[in-house]
Amino acid sequence: MSEPALLPLVASLVDAPLPVSGIAWLDAMRRDNHEIFVAGGLPLARVEAWKYTALRGLARRPFVDGDEAALTRAVDPSALALPGVDGARLVFVNGAFRADLSALDALPAGLTLQPLSQALHADPDPLRFVLSRRHYEADEAFTQINAAHARDGAVLRVADGVKIDAPLHLVFLGAPAEGDLAWHLRNVIELGEGATLTLVEHHLASGEQAHLSTVVGDIELREGAHLHHTVLQQAASGASLIRRTSLRLHARAHATLHLAELGGALVRHDLRAELIGDGAQLETRGVFMPHGRQHVDTQLAIRHQALNTASSSTWRGVASDRARGVFRGAIVVAPGADGSDANLSNKNLLLSGSAEIDTKPELEIYADEVKAAHGATVGQLDERSLFYLRSRGIPLAEARALLTAAFCRAVLDDLPNEALREHLSSLLIDQLPA
Amino acid sequence: MLKIENLHARVEGKEILKGLSLEVNAGEVHAIMGPNGAGKSTLGNVLSGRDGYEVTAGTVSYNGIDLLTMVPEARAAAGVFLAFQYPVEIPGVNNTYFLRAALNAQRKARGEKELDSMQFLKLVREKLKVMQISDELLHRAVNEGFSGGEKKRNEIFQMAVLEPQLAILDETDSGLDIDALKHVADGVNALRSPDRAFLMITHYQRLLDYVVPDVVHVLAGGRIVETGDKSLALELEAHGYAGIAERQPAGASA
Repeated sequence: MSEPALLPLVASLVDAPLPVSGIAWLDAMRRDNHEIFVAGGLPLARVEAWKYTALRGLARRPFVDGDEAALTRAVDPSALALPGVDGARLVFVNGAFRADLSALDALPAGLTLQPLSQALHADPDPLRFVLSRRHYEADEAFTQINAAHARDGAVLRVADGVKIDAPLHLVFLGAPAEGDLAWHLRNVIELGEGATLTLVEHHLASGEQAHLSTVVGDIELREGAHLHHTVLQQAASGASLIRRTSLRLHARAHATLHLAELGGALVRHDLRAELIGDGAQLETRGVFMPHGRQHVDTQLAIRHQALNTASSSTWRGVASDRARGVFRGAIVVAPGADGSDANLSNKNLLLSGSAEIDTKPELEIYADEVKAAHGATVGQLDERSLFYLRSRGIPLAEARALLTAAFCRAVLDDLPNEALREHLSSLLIDQLPA
Repeated sequence: MLKIENLHARVEGKEILKGLSLEVNAGEVHAIMGPNGAGKSTLGNVLSGRDGYEVTAGTVSYNGIDLLTMVPEARAAAGVFLAFQYPVEIPGVNNTYFLRAALNAQRKARGEKELDSMQFLKLVREKLKVMQISDELLHRAVNEGFSGGEKKRNEIFQMAVLEPQLAILDETDSGLDIDALKHVADGVNALRSPDRAFLMITHYQRLLDYVVPDVVHVLAGGRIVETGDKSLALELEAHGYAGIAERQPAGASA
């Protein structure tokens, strides 16, 4: 297959010079991942994990590597604020760290929050293990690209036993530029033993553009650590955003994730969690609401690898207009992970005849005494409920909006931050077709 | 207030109502009784505008306007209320929010001023008192996890808040124990007024012990076959519906 080498996206990535850090192991990792990508190319439809997300349109477009003017792009700091999120803030604009927009003064004791570029400059060794990976899998092309090209990202550490009360805020903003840009960010997050953190990850745009960005993050939760992580994705309606988040949960660690995928033209999120310590617990709650011609793909993969681990996943999809949603929820209970409890539910609504949602729950169990349940549905609004509301005087359009919002809100019910929950809830309602 | 003439209606291609005629005046309580399959629930659904009920002949005039051309929400705003036989559970929609949205949508459609949350809560508290319902029910999702009795009481409570002119109660007594039945009946009686009419659709006579009707109709084979006063209900209770099919359709007079 010679086709991939000709694609403009691939050509612009091949042509872009790799960042040079002067750190030998890091630069070697970049070169290796770059070579793996050049050899393998983009995952086209023949790669199972990309079956429902066609990259042809994206591949036909060239992108400029990085934004030379990223430090001077005008951004209104007040537009970055989220209700209920008042802790330290780390901001990236078009892939570059913006100290002027960040809030990193007077960090609480036991908290490290800094851009990756600074962390590497100060002391690269603690990052060596996590940043040395070579990604050989055919479906990991964007992880290879990210590993080769990422210049920055967030490094966040909470020391053993430290509880951070105020929610931390990671902001990834896309700003309009002269052409279509590509940038890549690499996040490394670690909670020490018994540490507690609330984290909000916000992807947003300051104006219309059609940039491509990749974000790869590792999140490590040591024994008994506790993370509340909320992701609000409001990329520009022309933007392509490809993310991979990998979580590892040690013994009795507990992670609760809430994700709202609202923006973007082409959005893909690979969310992988490994429950590697006994008694680890994970909850994922997500909603994706593509409209217009948006394409939003979530690939959730959870591996239970230790005794008495628990995962619970509740996902809702609502597609309108000609939009497409894709959801894969794969749970593996590995040999020896006895006593595990896994459940996954993905319910979807189609609000138009031209919208499409492809959902695929998968469950593989190789252990004993496992409780597991999974289910997926695709349907329309319940006619009986609609009639009930209308019979009480609520007009059809309002009745549809009310039921759709209620359908989505189920994933926000256990978000403890009330101000943030109300904000997300109103964003969901705003997203509904009029 | 309500005048039904020669109403024919089909569900899934099958004719259920076959020439039903009925007239209800303001202030009256009419009971519609009949055996299973007679078309009782079809009548309620046709009057409230549910999809899937095709009217093939006849007219329904409500306060002089043609009810059949109106969408369900317009009928509600015009004062028609259906208490469902099987109230729908709507997870994620708070009962209070729902009721305020309904009331304000009706007020808006009628050109009246919408109620703010303070005014609405004041109204709700008054109605809760009259209905003897605990406010705990308000904080839950609409009908979600309600017992059969709670669902029916919630229907009557909604009726109290929305203050319809024509209330259609579809088998509101079914599935209730005697205490719940009395509660529901007390609620209905509290809402009786010279301006309001009730159409109570029921299979059994026992609700009529507590809500005494002015007129009793027997619906069988898609038509009103007999009309009388409350003693007709007692007669049906004593003798059952057997033999009704042979009776001739009654005249339109009540």
